[in-house]
Amino acid sequence: MSALIEARKICVSLGGQEVLHDVSLQVAPREIVTILGPNGSGKSTLLRALLGIVPVSHGEIRRAPDLRLGYMPQKLHIDRSMPLSVRRFLSLPQRHARADCDAMLARVGLPDLAMRPMSGLSGGQMQRVLLARALLTRPALLVLDEPTQGLDQLGEAAFYQLIDEVRSETGAAVLMVSHDLHVVMSASDRVICLNGHICCEGTPRVVSSAPEYRALFGLGTRGALALYQHEHDHDHSHDDGLEHHHHPHDHAHHGHDHA
Amino acid sequence: MLDDFLIRAGLAGIGVALATGPLGSFVVWRRMAYFGDATSHAAILGVALALAFDLPIGFGTLVIALAMAVTVAYLAARGWAMDTTLGVLAHSALAFGLVAASFVPAARTDLSAWLFGDILAVSKGDIGFIWIGAALVVALLVWRWSALLTSTLNEDLASASGLNPDRERLVLTLALALTVAVALKVVGALLIAAMLIIPAAAARGLARSPEAMAVLATVIGALAVLGGLALSLSQDTPAGPSIVVMAALAFLVSASLGRLRF
Repeated sequence: MSALIEARKICVSLGGQEVLHDVSLQVAPREIVTILGPNGSGKSTLLRALLGIVPVSHGEIRRAPDLRLGYMPQKLHIDRSMPLSVRRFLSLPQRHARADCDAMLARVGLPDLAMRPMSGLSGGQMQRVLLARALLTRPALLVLDEPTQGLDQLGEAAFYQLIDEVRSETGAAVLMVSHDLHVVMSASDRVICLNGHICCEGTPRVVSSAPEYRALFGLGTRGALALYQHEHDHDHSHDDGLEHHHHPHDHAHHGHDHA
Repeated sequence: MLDDFLIRAGLAGIGVALATGPLGSFVVWRRMAYFGDATSHAAILGVALALAFDLPIGFGTLVIALAMAVTVAYLAARGWAMDTTLGVLAHSALAFGLVAASFVPAARTDLSAWLFGDILAVSKGDIGFIWIGAALVVALLVWRWSALLTSTLNEDLASASGLNPDRERLVLTLALALTVAVALKVVGALLIAAMLIIPAAAARGLARSPEAMAVLATVIGALAVLGGLALSLSQDTPAGPSIVVMAALAFLVSASLGRLRF
């Protein structure tokens, strides 16, 4: 199957500084792809470039013709000066029938919330409303920027469960950003590890044992943060499904000790 | 009927309220109060230049207000510190306008009319200008309503929906310049921003949707015009400030009715 969206060797500069260098990726239909990286690694910028919000200085971005995109921003601050109900928000900018809005709210677990003011929602409610808005356009590709920011662990797990269900129900592909592999392990088909460039990519299991990933997240020599269960059962051949990307300024760690 | 100066004044004021209601709502939502100040203060310079070069005053104010609005929008997009930049521009525009006016005898004699408005002296021609301008502003805002609301909420959200936030900002800039040109004769350069902000702020406490807020702001603005005219007539107060006083009272009532939290 051909890709829904594809970036070819894109570079992005913000304020004269190159934030993304030579990044290529594609998302196939029905696939859940997670972009993983520490703060400041260019995750959000990559999403924004794919969406056409920030321009690319090199490379190109191709979309499938008539691609329907649903976007969920990292954070949405609704100023109190604007009176805006949840239902009205769902119809911006595209109008949707009231019944569709209410059905979608029920689907994301927020029945009876339609008339509530947006400025009074809790963090978890806001994330679900943003997801409902993205889903109302019946997207072939859902783009989610740190969708569980501000949620507790239970809320986070429930949210990824919901994303997975939505994928099975609608067949939408999902491209999302996270800073924590642990929580997206079960919810991702493929993980792309980003730090200005693509460090490594593959299935979550494979990426979690890749030296580039471990170096990036400080799991290397000291192992101070190596708290994950999968530490114990990963194999040492990094080859199946994993692509290594080597760059001149790559991280020093290319092996990892393993007690 | 139009021969009665009071009816002409009422019609002119309501025309202004039509434009300032919905536009003022955006000014409040986007926190561009100072932006309104800078643009309306620039109108004085427009008046002085128009009189000096013997051009229609509406044309002069429109061009200068537009130039100021575009300048501010341009600087904002380049990341200038807006609070300071707007403070500098708003007050400089006023000072330059007043100095320029002192060189033009016709502007000098009429200065207070341009600063505070002269609603009781509007002509039939003025009413035509005001209503055509207000209709243009309303048409522009209604046409772009959904896109304007979306990019006011969040520019990334708007971009991802295929909208262009820069274009929507330009629409508002244009509407603001038009409104300034339209409202100058009625409330004067110093109080145009008040007509944008106060009725919309008063409407906020009572409205539950953006659309309701825009309509309510228009109604409150129109009532303030009529109340201000009545006050001016009975107490011999200046008409423009009287209108703003009425709007401020409406805000007070709305605020004390509660639900007003900014």
